[in-house]
Amino acid sequence: MKAPDAINISSAAAVGTDACTGGKASACIIVQANAGANDRIITEHPGTIAARTGEQPDIPGSQPLPAYKKRKANIRGMIVRFFIYILLAATAISCVYPIIWIIFSSLTPGNSLFSTKLIPDRLTLEHYKELFIEKDFGLWYMNTLKIAVLTMLFSLVLVIITAYALSQFRFRGRRFYLVTMLVLQAFPSFMTMIAVYLLLLQLNLLDSHLGLVLVYAGGAIPGGALLVKGYFDGIPRSIPEAAKIDGASSSKIFARIMMPMSIPILAFVALSNFIAPWMDFILARLVLRSASKKTLAIGLYEMVAEKTSTEFAMFAAGAVMVAVPITILFVVLQRFMIHGLSEGASKL
Amino acid sequence: MLSVLFMGAGQLYNGQIVKGIIFMLAEVFYIIHLIPYTVKSVRGLITLGDTPQKMVGGRIIQGDHSIFLMVFGIISIMVFFIFAAIYIINVKDAVNVGRRRDKGYDAAAFMDSVRNLSEKGFPYLLLTPATVFILFLTVVPLIFGVMIAFTNYSSPNHLPPRSLVDWVGFRNFINLFKISSLGKTFTGVAVWTLAWAVLATLTTFLAGLIFAVIINSNGVRLKKFWRSIFILPWAMPGFISILIMRNMFNAQFGPINKYLGAIGIPPVPWLADPMWARATCLLVNLWLGFPYYMAMMSGVLTGIPQDLYEAASIEGAGAVQKFRHITLPMVLFATAPLVINGFAYNFNNFTLIYMLTNGNPTNNEYFYAGHTDILLSWLYKLTLEQSQYHMAAVVSIIVFVFIASISTINYLNTKSFREEDMVQ
Repeated sequence: MKAPDAINISSAAAVGTDACTGGKASACIIVQANAGANDRIITEHPGTIAARTGEQPDIPGSQPLPAYKKRKANIRGMIVRFFIYILLAATAISCVYPIIWIIFSSLTPGNSLFSTKLIPDRLTLEHYKELFIEKDFGLWYMNTLKIAVLTMLFSLVLVIITAYALSQFRFRGRRFYLVTMLVLQAFPSFMTMIAVYLLLLQLNLLDSHLGLVLVYAGGAIPGGALLVKGYFDGIPRSIPEAAKIDGASSSKIFARIMMPMSIPILAFVALSNFIAPWMDFILARLVLRSASKKTLAIGLYEMVAEKTSTEFAMFAAGAVMVAVPITILFVVLQRFMIHGLSEGASKL
Repeated sequence: MLSVLFMGAGQLYNGQIVKGIIFMLAEVFYIIHLIPYTVKSVRGLITLGDTPQKMVGGRIIQGDHSIFLMVFGIISIMVFFIFAAIYIINVKDAVNVGRRRDKGYDAAAFMDSVRNLSEKGFPYLLLTPATVFILFLTVVPLIFGVMIAFTNYSSPNHLPPRSLVDWVGFRNFINLFKISSLGKTFTGVAVWTLAWAVLATLTTFLAGLIFAVIINSNGVRLKKFWRSIFILPWAMPGFISILIMRNMFNAQFGPINKYLGAIGIPPVPWLADPMWARATCLLVNLWLGFPYYMAMMSGVLTGIPQDLYEAASIEGAGAVQKFRHITLPMVLFATAPLVINGFAYNFNNFTLIYMLTNGNPTNNEYFYAGHTDILLSWLYKLTLEQSQYHMAAVVSIIVFVFIASISTINYLNTKSFREEDMVQ
């Protein structure tokens, strides 16, 4: 009855995380259905409930529980459930609290950390205004956006062609190339920093956004290419081969078959390269020198790190304005992120 | 053959005129433009410059800049290797065509060679841009970094352009263990880094597992609600959350100590006391990191076939047994590579340490490092704040060898890499 359904659902959900919501919803329905039959004992999976309620009488050993045992299990279940909800609620509060705190701090009059209260007496938008008047917040925002978009496009192109070559062709030196990329990917960027700095200095790219974009894109290649290569490998070779027999050219196979089939992983690579420049602080600080080239990460860090918390409310306002779009973007594209990560990892 | 003497000669002899001329031009270009440069820069690489900057009558006379000499030395050696590769291709090509001609075939016309090249060389062509990037942004800097470890490039006495840098052999490596303040810092920081990486990975992994199991278990309502709330710390830009935390844990003005004060608990020195600061780092990392594992494991949990659990219940297994013998092994199997990657990530998690504590509280016994400094943040301080490039290079070589071997083993162990050539 219920049990075969559960198997179907689980296998459907196994296809990918985007099936998760569907899988979850049906799982919930099962819970409800079982809840009627049995007073919702905390168990891990529907199968257990099905077995306990004796819905499968043909299986030996699954007899209905005696009434007193059932009651005892109920009380225990209720206590366990109570603690589980307490734990969930506590964690939820600790997840949300810093966010609420920073939002209210940005709306509280007074600029220092000391004057923050969880529930302020009066709300104000003055800190947001100050951010644009006293600081070049708009400029930082545009700088970061520009760098992020360029980095995303640039690294996406590089990653795709590299991954395509490594996945679809067999040529001499391929394995060596793969292992090299793998080793380089693990390399901490610090060791290369001085030399990268000198190189950019020689190429006249120091203190320019282009220089920073090149450095980001270069850094994104090894890891991203390995991930995408793994995904390309997962596409059955018979598909492009069939197209080849039908007379499709290499470029056509690439554009019409490989690209559309890899959208999840490409979205993941694009998104992570778009978000990286919003977060990065070290490289940006190394490459960008003048105030007019600053990115958000540098600007915000300087507000709280260098002056002792006197610009805290302004920082809070800036943090809200950075975090809101990024968080929304992330939540909307979350399934790509999770999907891309788990897929890429399992196929690495 | 002729091509050994001068590039392109063999092709001309074989009657491939255009190809021959292209090869010849390449060689002429290299000889005229690049040979003097190569010789000069290789010499620079060996000596690292011999004329220091001088002051003559109040004016500065530029001497040699050792570090520039070094970078250009590396680049010109690479260019030399690229040229050597072209040279070998040229000889091979001439030999091949010559053999074909001996067998009575015609030498291919130029357009044919181009077509042939574009077919066989297509993957190489695709890899060229990435290779150029990797060469100049990673490989050259990397070789440079390794070389720095064998010099005395550091402040205050060996900082170009004021003074020259010299090769010192293995002295830096020996010093790292012989000089007591350095050795103490290195072992102290390395032990904390390892402990940090293990604990940070373990705590986030366990918390992720617990919440994934709870949310996916049947008794829990509002699954979607909990999941979306718990994902928030992951969705927030990392550096912003860390900076927020830094203020929340502020011992004097932070809200956490204010609340503790309100219920009568004396203020906790979250970021000022060495042990507390380390615990705070782990706590903040837990907050930041568990949603990632939770999301990952939810995917794994929904993929476990339900009939396994049913079979287990029929055999009389309880919830704990089922968890231990079904859920845990399945999850561990599926997430092991991610966990190892997570370990490597935490090992190098500079951002968290730098933004949260900046390595503080300071440790007076350490060489430019604090109690919470991990190897990477120590490296950052050594290079960008203290200009101790030589020691930083030594430490980063050690870090690199460690991390690279972990991730290589991890990757080579994945099924797809081992079976790769069988599948195709």
